[in-house]
Amino acid sequence: MTYAAGIDVGSTQTKGVIINDKREIIARALTDTGAYVTKAAERCFAEALQIAGIERLDVAYVVGTGYGRYKVTFGDAQITEISCHARGASYLFPNTRTVIDMGGQDAKGIKIGVDGDVKDFVMNDKCAAGTGRFLASAAEALGMGLSDIGNASLTGKNPVRLTTVCTVFVESDIMSYLAQGKKTEDILAGVHSAIAARTISLVRRVGIEPEVTFTGGVSNNIGMVRALEDKLGLKLNVSPDSHFVGALGASIFALDRAAKGVTSFESRVSSSTQNTELETRNTDRELS
Amino acid sequence: MAQAAEAVKTSYQGQMHLLQKDMMGRYFERVTRAAEQGEGKAVYMLISGNPVELVQAFDLIPVYPEIDALQLAVKKSALPFIQKAEELGYSMDNCAYVKADVGLFLGDRKTPFATIPLPALILCNYVGCNVYLQWFEHLAEYCDGQIYNLDIPFLRDPSGQPSPEDITYVVRQLEEVIEICERISGKKLDYARLKDIVRRSGETGEMWSRIKGLTKNIPSPFDAYFDSVTMMAPLYCLRGTEEGVRFFETALKEMEEKVRMGTGPLPQERFRFIIEGPPPWPYLRTFRDLFSKWGAVAVASTYSTVGGLWEFGFRHDANRPLESIAQHMLQWNVTNRNFLQRYQQIRRYVEEWHADALVIHSVKSCRLFSAGQGDMREYFTKELNVPTLLIESDIEDPRYFSEAQIKNRIDAFFESLEHKKMVHAAAEAGGAV
Repeated sequence: MTYAAGIDVGSTQTKGVIINDKREIIARALTDTGAYVTKAAERCFAEALQIAGIERLDVAYVVGTGYGRYKVTFGDAQITEISCHARGASYLFPNTRTVIDMGGQDAKGIKIGVDGDVKDFVMNDKCAAGTGRFLASAAEALGMGLSDIGNASLTGKNPVRLTTVCTVFVESDIMSYLAQGKKTEDILAGVHSAIAARTISLVRRVGIEPEVTFTGGVSNNIGMVRALEDKLGLKLNVSPDSHFVGALGASIFALDRAAKGVTSFESRVSSSTQNTELETRNTDRELS
Repeated sequence: MAQAAEAVKTSYQGQMHLLQKDMMGRYFERVTRAAEQGEGKAVYMLISGNPVELVQAFDLIPVYPEIDALQLAVKKSALPFIQKAEELGYSMDNCAYVKADVGLFLGDRKTPFATIPLPALILCNYVGCNVYLQWFEHLAEYCDGQIYNLDIPFLRDPSGQPSPEDITYVVRQLEEVIEICERISGKKLDYARLKDIVRRSGETGEMWSRIKGLTKNIPSPFDAYFDSVTMMAPLYCLRGTEEGVRFFETALKEMEEKVRMGTGPLPQERFRFIIEGPPPWPYLRTFRDLFSKWGAVAVASTYSTVGGLWEFGFRHDANRPLESIAQHMLQWNVTNRNFLQRYQQIRRYVEEWHADALVIHSVKSCRLFSAGQGDMREYFTKELNVPTLLIESDIEDPRYFSEAQIKNRIDAFFESLEHKKMVHAAAEAGGAV
């Protein structure tokens, strides 16, 4: 039996997936990334191996993805999470043509082809509006847990109109609504609605073509799923594994490469351009 | 490829860089002598469609504050100057070239390459940018210096041509500039000499155009973005001089020889791209490496046409010196042209230079030229089916460059191009993907 692994080192959390040669997920692992990125990746991989009940040497190929991908030092190749999310979403929902991914610091829209290849993509630029970080700030301002705000937002009857989607200023904005006596659920409904609107306008730049699959940590938030669905007027594909889509896509790339015996795009390029120092340079700063 | 390289005699390789270093070194010495010993007088100008021929005709020294600013950025020393300007009240969103230069101007005016003299004339060849107009007005205010604002009408006719009245309007202004230069330099215009200078600019334009045409070859002999920079300084500072002509003769021979040898800037050319927008000067090397790593070479760039667009046929004409300088300023530089003309320029590059993709580097502190780039991206991806990447940082302000973010986008973009290439190769081979 051949196994392959994908390790997605995100800004907030590190996700690991191991699949077998039938492309079945046999292990998922999740850990906070923290300051020691390589250790987080190793910890995540070790946990996944333990859950799978296999040894390191049983895994034929490991692909690292996410911002910390170059810190997956035990990996055989690194691929951006954009390619990995496309591949993972396409695997879970084969008719996917558009991926909306919302992570800790990124929001992105990916247009994909029939075989899960990236046709086009857009990402938020230098601003955390529309990302998980914004929701975390909102939850904090309201003294709630991140996992509770989605459900709470669904009970809001009169969503407030948020004047900012700035992650830095959202707290003071919320404070001012609380001071006006607005209900928590109405504020949360407003927060989710504002973020959904911003994300959709971002993703429209690549064109929204059904089916649309929602991935990344924020896809666990039912309030955001509904807010996006309401505005788009269509149903989103959301898998219980949505949070792991990047790692899953990476593991599928890994399995394909193990089968073909090829090295990564980048490592092939690097060997031809003799430019390998780039592979490891500056990676410490990438997560800061 | 390596064997082919050995087989050809390489008499010209490396000469261009040596010559550039030597000539620009002497230019900066001249600039510094003007500042420190009062030898010669400086005329400040903007790069866009610069009328350097007039300045050369009076032996005045062309000084470009944009070059001063970008040199600070390349040497990673721009930020304190930017912050100094911000302390004075310039906004965070203000053009960072302006801020770095204002910070420099109000200090000791020493860049890593020269000491910048105070201007005898601030010649604002207003081409396309309103902020630049105010930049030069501020400099004039700070030093109580003489300023002349050349008003260059934007190309507004759907034909993309200036009207005869536009040309007359600009020529009349150039005549006024000549009178000012006569007063400053203390000598009358030698018309025959101006014609000679304009003729040499015509020759330079011809050679530069041929050099740019060489990047249609596969592999491209040089990177039309990162390596063009080497040729752009002589193009702006030495155009119209005998030295300038000699530089471009050497550069042309060197590049032609590269084509014969089949060599390019990278060991292997895997992707050819067109790039729009100026480079992030504070991180130039890092930025280049992000492309080199993928074997990606820029085969044409709009940035190298800011000072003048010669590759589509324009040449200065010694028989009509002032009219051709006016035409250069009105029509033959990318910044005074409308956006649709820029689309067509890029489209020609994609088609005639055989490019795989378009990369747009958007400048955070320049809304003027970044505002339409979202539409540009849409036009190329959706209407022409050209893979297009839009990334953003800044020409001057290091605070806007997020390496992790930019690297992620560039890597993802080339991963998708790589996939496309593999699918194409598999289809050509008749096999399954």
